[in-house]
Amino acid sequence: MFDPHGPIARSIATHGWWLLLMSIAVYLVVMVALLIALGRRRREIDDQPETTRRLTRNVSIAVALTVVILVGIAASSVVSGRGIYSPSGAGAVTVDVVGHQWWWDFQYHDVTPSDVFTSPNELHIPVGLPVVIKAMSTDVIHSFWVPNLMGKRDLIPGIVTNTWIQADEPGVYRGQCAEFCGHQHAHMALEVVAEPMNTFQAWIRHQREPAAEPATDEERRGKDVFMQSTCVTCHAIRGTDAGSHLGPELTHVASRLTIAAGTLPNARGHLAGWIANSQSIKPGNRMPPNALTPDDLQAVLAYVRSLR
Amino acid sequence: MSEFVHPVERRMTISAADEERLRTQLERTWYVPRGIIGWCSVADHKTMGKRYIVTAFCFFTFAGILAGLMRLQLAVPNNHFIGPDLYNQIFTVHGTMMMFLFAVPVMEALGVYLVPLMVGTRNIAFPRLNAFSYYVYLFGGVMLVVTMLLNTAPDVGWFSYVPLAGPDYTPGKRADFWAQLITFTEVAALAVSVELVATIFKARAPGMSLNRMPLFVWSMLVTALMVIFAMPSIVTCSSFLLLDRLVGTHFYNPAEGGDSLLWQHLFWFFGHPEVYIIFVPALGIVSSIISAFTWRPIFGYSAMVMSLVATGFIGFGLWVHHMFATGLPALGLEYFTAASIVIAIPTGIQIFCWIASLWRGRPRFHTPLVFVLGFFAIFVLGGLSGVTLASVPFDLQVHDSYYVVAHFHYVLLGGAVFPLIGGIYFWFPKMTGRLMDDRLGKVNFWLLFIGFNITFFPMHILGLEGMPRRVYTYPDNMGWNTLNLVSSLGALLLVVGGALFVYNVVRSYRWGLAGSDNPWGAETLEWSMSSPPPVYNFLHIPVVEGRCALWDRSADAPIVTGIRSDVREVLISDVMDAEPINVAEYPEPSIWPFLCAVVTSGFFIGSIFTPWALPVSILPLAVTLIGWFWPKKRDRERAIEEQDEDRRLHDAA
Amino acid sequence: MTPPDAATMRPPDTRRVLDVSVLPRTVFGHQGLIWWGTAGFMVIEGSIFVIALVVYFYLRLQVTDWPPSLPNPGLFYGTLNLATVLLSLLPAYIAKTKAEKFDLAGVRLWLTILVLFGVAAVVIRAFEYFALNCRWDDNAYGSIVWTLLSMHTIHVATDVVDSMVLLTLALTGPNTKTRFVDYSENSLYWYFIVAWWVPIYVTIYLMPRWL
Repeated sequence: MFDPHGPIARSIATHGWWLLLMSIAVYLVVMVALLIALGRRRREIDDQPETTRRLTRNVSIAVALTVVILVGIAASSVVSGRGIYSPSGAGAVTVDVVGHQWWWDFQYHDVTPSDVFTSPNELHIPVGLPVVIKAMSTDVIHSFWVPNLMGKRDLIPGIVTNTWIQADEPGVYRGQCAEFCGHQHAHMALEVVAEPMNTFQAWIRHQREPAAEPATDEERRGKDVFMQSTCVTCHAIRGTDAGSHLGPELTHVASRLTIAAGTLPNARGHLAGWIANSQSIKPGNRMPPNALTPDDLQAVLAYVRSLR
Repeated sequence: MSEFVHPVERRMTISAADEERLRTQLERTWYVPRGIIGWCSVADHKTMGKRYIVTAFCFFTFAGILAGLMRLQLAVPNNHFIGPDLYNQIFTVHGTMMMFLFAVPVMEALGVYLVPLMVGTRNIAFPRLNAFSYYVYLFGGVMLVVTMLLNTAPDVGWFSYVPLAGPDYTPGKRADFWAQLITFTEVAALAVSVELVATIFKARAPGMSLNRMPLFVWSMLVTALMVIFAMPSIVTCSSFLLLDRLVGTHFYNPAEGGDSLLWQHLFWFFGHPEVYIIFVPALGIVSSIISAFTWRPIFGYSAMVMSLVATGFIGFGLWVHHMFATGLPALGLEYFTAASIVIAIPTGIQIFCWIASLWRGRPRFHTPLVFVLGFFAIFVLGGLSGVTLASVPFDLQVHDSYYVVAHFHYVLLGGAVFPLIGGIYFWFPKMTGRLMDDRLGKVNFWLLFIGFNITFFPMHILGLEGMPRRVYTYPDNMGWNTLNLVSSLGALLLVVGGALFVYNVVRSYRWGLAGSDNPWGAETLEWSMSSPPPVYNFLHIPVVEGRCALWDRSADAPIVTGIRSDVREVLISDVMDAEPINVAEYPEPSIWPFLCAVVTSGFFIGSIFTPWALPVSILPLAVTLIGWFWPKKRDRERAIEEQDEDRRLHDAA
Repeated sequence: MTPPDAATMRPPDTRRVLDVSVLPRTVFGHQGLIWWGTAGFMVIEGSIFVIALVVYFYLRLQVTDWPPSLPNPGLFYGTLNLATVLLSLLPAYIAKTKAEKFDLAGVRLWLTILVLFGVAAVVIRAFEYFALNCRWDDNAYGSIVWTLLSMHTIHVATDVVDSMVLLTLALTGPNTKTRFVDYSENSLYWYFIVAWWVPIYVTIYLMPRWL
């Protein structure tokens, strides 16, 4: 919250700083009043009518001040709230944010159905433009939160709500699920990659492509192992026979920054560990351990890492 | 309406021998039974109140140990000390136990113990219902402890959001234990609330009109009424959850016309008032302590009462501020921002009035008052962070982050537990006849105060830095490591402070300095009898002459006579002015409420496993209830007495 | 410095007393304590009914058709039950007045009639379930309709059993005067149950036709 990189986060941060400073000021005033009340030099209980009159007056003033401050806070929060409910311009892109136990799917809309694609756990947005988000979930309630860019929006099964996101500078911003969603709520992170428009469009073009064909023998063998093992019961790779959408799509998995919803960097060693036994890394996740021979595992790794 | 018969005012001589006879007879009449069966038959509000308090503190300790385990796990990033399965059970049971088995019951328990003493009556209204509610609460709590020890505890959070807690995403029985625990505690809390309301409205000593009622009694009245109106909501929503899980209804299933937000509305319609249900009694404790240690009535009595009542009402209009991130319409959210901010006003009024009281009086810094001062330092901060949370845009950032964890621990621990511990130090001499060690008490205070702030203050910053709640671990590179470690070290101090409190209680109970009837020179009626109070509470029911029952008592204060001492008669007065209007007879101790609670608990637990629990337990339930209400020896005696009386009146006519 | 309490003072030789021995030992209505217990539980149960009704309308807003792809509930048995319980207010009322006059014979007679009405209501209620034309697990509509009806049935059945126990007590004794307060409160509780049947009846049977 202290490090905003988008209009929503900035607006909230300004408002938030104001709230925090106001709270600190009020706190100090109340504590000083309390300390004076305690430390007052007096020998006897002070029952003078004059004291009572003064106290009544002071308490009334304090209550009136409280009301004024609270009205100020309410007004400020309505004003800054109005600013973040809807974007200043039309959305450059519309993305469905779909929550799953325990990963994210970002589905990019397009007028051409064949140009619709999904990007698990990695949301790419163009810098400086609002992106419309349609928030939804297929299982339990999750909450989409990228602290540097925006506040939370719950993903609720059966309900689709709209919000928006915008980054003003290129960069990678981490986000995380903020509504308790079961076992691996702690490991349900995501990256928002904000990039200049031309890079973003290149990325879009690339993502629309089907998966790369395996180039080496090892990769070809890896593809065979992949297609014959349990992998295909959950994962899809466009351009191949694997078409199940229970788990994240792997068409361009090698191009992503992390694996397992922001849990590990996308490196060969981590990926090997993940494929062999993801339960030791993210206990309770939906992917079963895979008892592959070392050779098969190496082959699958080579294939998956070729899916750029 | 029949016209009132007025009691007769006169003068009479009451000799020391008369008083002695009265005392002996009252002791025999209001006896507390002994033996195992006797133990289960007690209907005395003081015994039950003490059991309630001790039980609640046991659950507090258990839940506190769970919190310590969580801090151990979170002390360093990527920790493998506790896995997600266990961690999720731990934080769920911690929250559930603290809210449902400690905070609400302990406050009501204090009410059960103190309210009859403060309003000047011999027992709580419906004493056997009171016993029943205690056992139901006890059995429900034990059930939760057992599930935790068997590693089958609920793991869906104390809020149990659907669909996560629904049949599809939490198979097994874990969520059912949670939902049924709610049933247990709600039955208990609702019963106690009805007893408290009836006691406060109908059993006050003559002269204690509503505008002379002690602030603690006012706060218990507001609390009990809030329970009565808030808890039906969670009874409904948790029953719907059980039905969804057990018999396949679709209340929360969007695929069949149900709705998952319905749960959140119902839950928070209870859940927000719940916070005030915990906090309002603490306000009463604070008022009691401040007036006792400044020897002056609280400044602005009427403003205080109106603030309490206003808090009770406004508390029901805020529930959506837990749902700002769900995407509800903006206008609605703004209304709830306004309502949430408005509730700060009555709280502010009370804080200012207390400061004025301290200003006017001459504070004596004994442990209870020191805890109240700690309450100020912590609670004001928690209240202010609460105001910031009411602001929609700010809340969207910090909602469900550690900022919220910090906030509600400041409000609940600072706002309720600090006054509560102060209250234990304050009333301990009344309950046991011995004072708690004051020097140890102050060490105890500083340990808890410093430990608390070290544990929870860093969480504000963690939340603002983006650390979400309810995560069993966090990555290494987020910059959260130092503050989490500091927080965990603070928790160590809290544990030491808690242990010292227990030590002080145990030590003082055995070897503490003997206290007088009124060691603090306090104003309310509970300080007028010996410590600990006799079973019958008051030798003579007093007539209250002012707002501060003891301080305003004149040299020739009247007392009530004409209440039979050979049967359990109590004076019933009218709601507004506490004019005596009739005399009721309270029941004898009985084993039936205990048996009924056993059967009820069996039914609740059995219904987790099979709907057949209902038909199976109907018969035993009916038997215990009929046994409960079946005429006893005393009813037969009374019928004869009444016939004799009628005959005498008839002859006289 | 001492507290402002005059704890040290000695009681005078004669004391002012407020003699309450003349006060009644048995009272009906809100002057007595029992009424407050009954009222407290009526408020709690009433709140639960209110919330369940709110849920009904909340669920109505979630879908377009009402009842969703199910036939309307049949009117006959629900209406018959409405008539039955409304009629039963009469014996309940008379039993209450008899109780408040300590008229044991009257209480026995009218409590018996009230029990018969209650049993009739329970029997008719059984047929109502078949006339709902839905099951609790069909959809959310079925769930809430079954729940509303069952919540009310539990109240009716409980009070019928309660009335039976009281009737037994009225027949066997001992009939203390406070027992007559129980007879009177029983009718009060029956009013409460009958009163709630009106909005629940309207919701279950008429709302699907109107909404």
